[in-house]
Amino acid sequence: MDFNDSSEEAAFRAEARAWLEKTLGPPASRATMKTEGDVIAASKAYQAKKAAAGYVGLTWRKDVGGRELPPIFQVIFSQEEQKFQAPVSPFGIGLGMCIPTVIAFHSADKIKRYVGPALRGEEIWCQLFSEPSAGSDVAGLKTKAVRDGDDWIVNGQKVWTSGAHYCDYGILLVRTNPEKEKHKGLTMFVVNMKAPGVEVRPIHQMSGGSNFNEVYFTDVRISDSERLGEVGNGWNVALVTLMNERLAVGGSAGPEYGEILELARHTPSPSGKGSLLQDQAFREKLAGWYVSAEGYTLGKYRTMTALSKGQTPGPENSIGKLLNANRMQDLANAAIEGEDHFGIISDPAIAPLQGAFHNAYMWAPGLRIAGGTDEILRNIIAERVLGLPQDVRVDKGVAYKDLPTGR
Amino acid sequence: MNFDFSDEQKMLRDQARKFLDEKSSTKTVRTVLNDDAKSFDAALWKSVAEQGWLGVTIPEEHGGLGLGRLELCVLAEEIGRAIAPIPFSSTLYFFTEALLSAGSAEQQAKVLPGVVDGSVIGAFAVSEGAGAPSPTSIEAQFDGSKLTGVKIPVTDGDIATHAVVLAREGAGLSLVLVDLKQAAVKRETLKTLDPTRGHARLTFTKATAERIGKAGEGWDLAEGVLDRAAVLIAFEQIGGSQACLDMSVDYAKNRFAFSRQIGSFQAIKHKLADMYVGIELARSNAYYGAWALSTESSQLPIAAAAARVAASDAYYFASKENIQAHGGMGYTWEVDCHLFYRRSKLLAVQAGGPGVWKEKLVRRLELKNAA
Repeated sequence: MDFNDSSEEAAFRAEARAWLEKTLGPPASRATMKTEGDVIAASKAYQAKKAAAGYVGLTWRKDVGGRELPPIFQVIFSQEEQKFQAPVSPFGIGLGMCIPTVIAFHSADKIKRYVGPALRGEEIWCQLFSEPSAGSDVAGLKTKAVRDGDDWIVNGQKVWTSGAHYCDYGILLVRTNPEKEKHKGLTMFVVNMKAPGVEVRPIHQMSGGSNFNEVYFTDVRISDSERLGEVGNGWNVALVTLMNERLAVGGSAGPEYGEILELARHTPSPSGKGSLLQDQAFREKLAGWYVSAEGYTLGKYRTMTALSKGQTPGPENSIGKLLNANRMQDLANAAIEGEDHFGIISDPAIAPLQGAFHNAYMWAPGLRIAGGTDEILRNIIAERVLGLPQDVRVDKGVAYKDLPTGR
Repeated sequence: MNFDFSDEQKMLRDQARKFLDEKSSTKTVRTVLNDDAKSFDAALWKSVAEQGWLGVTIPEEHGGLGLGRLELCVLAEEIGRAIAPIPFSSTLYFFTEALLSAGSAEQQAKVLPGVVDGSVIGAFAVSEGAGAPSPTSIEAQFDGSKLTGVKIPVTDGDIATHAVVLAREGAGLSLVLVDLKQAAVKRETLKTLDPTRGHARLTFTKATAERIGKAGEGWDLAEGVLDRAAVLIAFEQIGGSQACLDMSVDYAKNRFAFSRQIGSFQAIKHKLADMYVGIELARSNAYYGAWALSTESSQLPIAAAAARVAASDAYYFASKENIQAHGGMGYTWEVDCHLFYRRSKLLAVQAGGPGVWKEKLVRRLELKNAA
């Protein structure tokens, strides 16, 4: 048992680190990016250099521009990128989920058309699955595509689409046959986000921010040559895409036990005697957050070990987001309550850590839902890890058009 | 990155599981549970000694195998899974660890060969009454050669041949080694929640004893032993928790209600998923504890506390919800759920309760953060 890289992994890590140092310099030396436009521009510039150096698509086939390396190398590169705070966020969904789907299902000439520009950061991709009436039950989606000669005409609405307003392309799951059972009447397409009839509207989140969009499709024309997989096989194509999602949505990205420990050191306790850090109830919670945060980090080391041995990590990774989102919410809540009346102040100029606990408090409810709700993740663990039977289905053997829909 | 047990260690685990499935089925455990006069399975203890398990961490010069702590972690998980009715934890995680960390060469030579062959059963005696012991609460007295005082409860104290005891010596505390087979030691068997393991009140009246380690360092030495034992017990707890989850999954697949498998109901699925999450969290923390223990890392105090907190929580949850998942059957004497529910409570309190360890964890984090 050790935490060391193999010699090959260590060499790759050193090479990656040297390249990142040369390309990005220390994070502190970089200009602060104020607007989303700044972030996109910096990300595109970085992505072009990263592609030229051969660090994109490390695990992909060589004939599509990849290096066919084992997944552990992707993990190592991402770890190093994180240390340098490399600007990669706009490409996560495209390169992590959409392009692998394109590579798996599209025609040779289309793969050639799309993969290169995506690798180099010239084109950004989004994923269009969720709908207002199809969240956890995404196969219940309504957006329909009707055949018209060599084209399909798409009408409907998608929701929770990250980055839709700056994306060039998306992968779009639609219903092509409402006469069939709901999982069997779906088809996947590549859609040009700039095509006529595509309208993107930002969602105003409960946090006040807007990280996601609604996307409306009104008579949008898509060529049949942009179909991914067979007509009616969209669900299986979507499963390939979603396989990667729960790996992508993971870290809590909020304050952790170290930050709240320091806050509590300087906050009076509810009893009025000593600090919050000396309060026994608070200490018990702190112990729990540490165990959860460490367990998550150490669990990733176990996953890395499996990857390093050439094994494929399975649905057991669903644990990460479940733990992190809930810890984020509880920890933020305790920080705010710990500050007593003062805790209501979220003004970054006054609140501790520039309001990071308040941001976490308002972000956590979304994190518990995005990329598989807590409940869906528990179902996945129960069914795919523990092997428990599926719930009794009322939609088996029923045509989509005959299913009850409610509101 | 190699944050996992080696193939050899996994092979040892498979062998141990097979051995215990055969020799320590819950039927065997129940022979101890159902007989008030019996507080361990002597035949199983003998076979375990024959397997070489009791000498796994003991150096070859004392007859042991001289393997590492990781091998002991592997065995601990299997012992926990089998809820084996033997004084394995008392003898190896506490008594032997105390001697290996503080005992002189002579003291080690005197008792460790007996541990290896199973003739020495060791106990570790700290508690003197309700509540967590503290440096000021210990009243047992050691005068340099004689021990006087009362220890209650002492796990496996009714069957142990020797004990390491925390006692006051002058102004400080010391650890002392006592041969329990002397008239100056009175043993009274105690009725406990977990009758598959023996417990006693030990009364020492000028009992012959010898100090291990330096005078006045007893508290710190005991804390060191507890850190080591915490990691090893965490593996027992994980083994027991996993056994509970396996029982629940099996039952949920085979029990029908409302004309369907109860495992198809989300109320059951989510309960079992939460058990799994708790166990995996404990497992990751325990692996880190195992690494810290086996490498004598300075991270051990934090890693051990985190492993213990996570594993105690996971076992309590898994053992109580295992009963719940089994419904009315789970509440019967004949179904095994209660064996794990009982053992989970013993393991949660025997080296200091969850409250104590959460406090230790936070105190250690405070120091680390301040540094």
